[in-house]
Amino acid sequence: MTQIEVVRPGLLTTVQDRGRPGLAHLGVPPSGAADATAYDLGNRLVGNPPGAAALEATMAGPVLRFDVPTTIALTGATTAEVRTVEVLEVGRCVGGVRMYICVRGGIDVEPTLGSRSTDLLTGLGPRPLQTGDVLRIGVDTGPERAAHVGTVPTRVVPDEPVLRVRLGPRDEWFTAAAIDALCSERWSVSSSSNRVGIRLEGPSLERARHDELLSEGLVTGAIQVPASGQPILLMHDHPTTGGYPVIAIVRSDDLWLAGQLAPRQRVRFVIDG
Amino acid sequence: MNVTVRPAGDRGALLELPDNAAAVRAAGLLREERPELVDVVVGHTTVLVTWGAEAPDLGAIAERALAGDAEPAGRSIEIPVTYDGLDLAEVARLTGLSQEEVVTRHTSAEHVAAFLGFQPGFAYLTGGDERLHVPRRDVPRTQVPGGTVAIAGPYSGVYPRDSPGGWRLLGSTTAVMFDPAGEPPALIAPGDRVRFVAA
Repeated sequence: MTQIEVVRPGLLTTVQDRGRPGLAHLGVPPSGAADATAYDLGNRLVGNPPGAAALEATMAGPVLRFDVPTTIALTGATTAEVRTVEVLEVGRCVGGVRMYICVRGGIDVEPTLGSRSTDLLTGLGPRPLQTGDVLRIGVDTGPERAAHVGTVPTRVVPDEPVLRVRLGPRDEWFTAAAIDALCSERWSVSSSSNRVGIRLEGPSLERARHDELLSEGLVTGAIQVPASGQPILLMHDHPTTGGYPVIAIVRSDDLWLAGQLAPRQRVRFVIDG
Repeated sequence: MNVTVRPAGDRGALLELPDNAAAVRAAGLLREERPELVDVVVGHTTVLVTWGAEAPDLGAIAERALAGDAEPAGRSIEIPVTYDGLDLAEVARLTGLSQEEVVTRHTSAEHVAAFLGFQPGFAYLTGGDERLHVPRRDVPRTQVPGGTVAIAGPYSGVYPRDSPGGWRLLGSTTAVMFDPAGEPPALIAPGDRVRFVAA
């Protein structure tokens, strides 16, 4: 059987595919690759059908042993350190924080609710990789390819990323000064950010209304503002409902960039539409 | 009374309705008549919808939800509970009731599932006895076992799996709140009527 042994898991490596959209009414987060653009490209490069499961490495990549020659692609963040003698050793991520290790045939773990994605909020799907784990590689259906390693830079993460947002649904809960601050401040990405949400540090966003919002549905990219006034940009493993007002939502085209934001990096928001 | 449609990003909208029953009805109509929608999520008095490519027309359906029956056609669900929770005594103290009276009031009410969230299969149950409205704990517990029955504010709920939690724990149930292989996976859906029964 064709398989991968996890020699070292890296900082945080999870299995991801396109996640579990359409199940939010059950309380199931969307999950899925945080940089879907890079993930899709990786699958194309190795000849996988769209939606094949891949590994999402975070900040520092894993060391993996393949038992047979295998076609792989590394996409998303790049790394200066890839070694492929006996094992695949992926070093520190640069130009982003998430790298996709796409393997021809896909990662064949048992799907849960139609997806192989790890959901760090609810524990659905496989747990993050640990040393000694053995992952099966799925059945290869396409034409034969030579075994090789490719590193392909996808879209480059700018030094000072700008995310386009649409105001609402609860922008009226904030003062005009808070809306101004959202779109003029250079927000700092907190090191406690993860696949559930990116915590942003900057001025406190002041509310115009102080009553409690009744819980309502949330989407990936929503910028919710808890009582502290420090916004949280919700990522793919976010809870499906919540009671903090959402001041604005990041365009779906820009979510890949949010998925590559590094701790202490500065990010700006601009109103678009 | 009417429906407000608010923007929710470039691929979503938030419908504001007068109450939870109208939200449940609107969600049902939207799911039936707009199968192209990705997600249809009931909130307390809202429905969040998301789509893949093209924005659908939503206003007309939401208006029809307002004209529907007063009560949505939810199912009746009984949840057996062993009332031995860690906070039963504390809830009795906070409410000025005896522990037996807390249990009697919790089992007497017909709860309505308003919406799901927090964890897969976690339903926020409203309609409970007002004497049992107690605040959340100041410091949430880092681990509440799956199957724990708890209350906070106007809500009752059952933790589907081990997770952190700040609600007051009344007891535990053997009912399976969420089974990924189940059809449907969640025991409770918005609009369902739920009774707790002392086991």
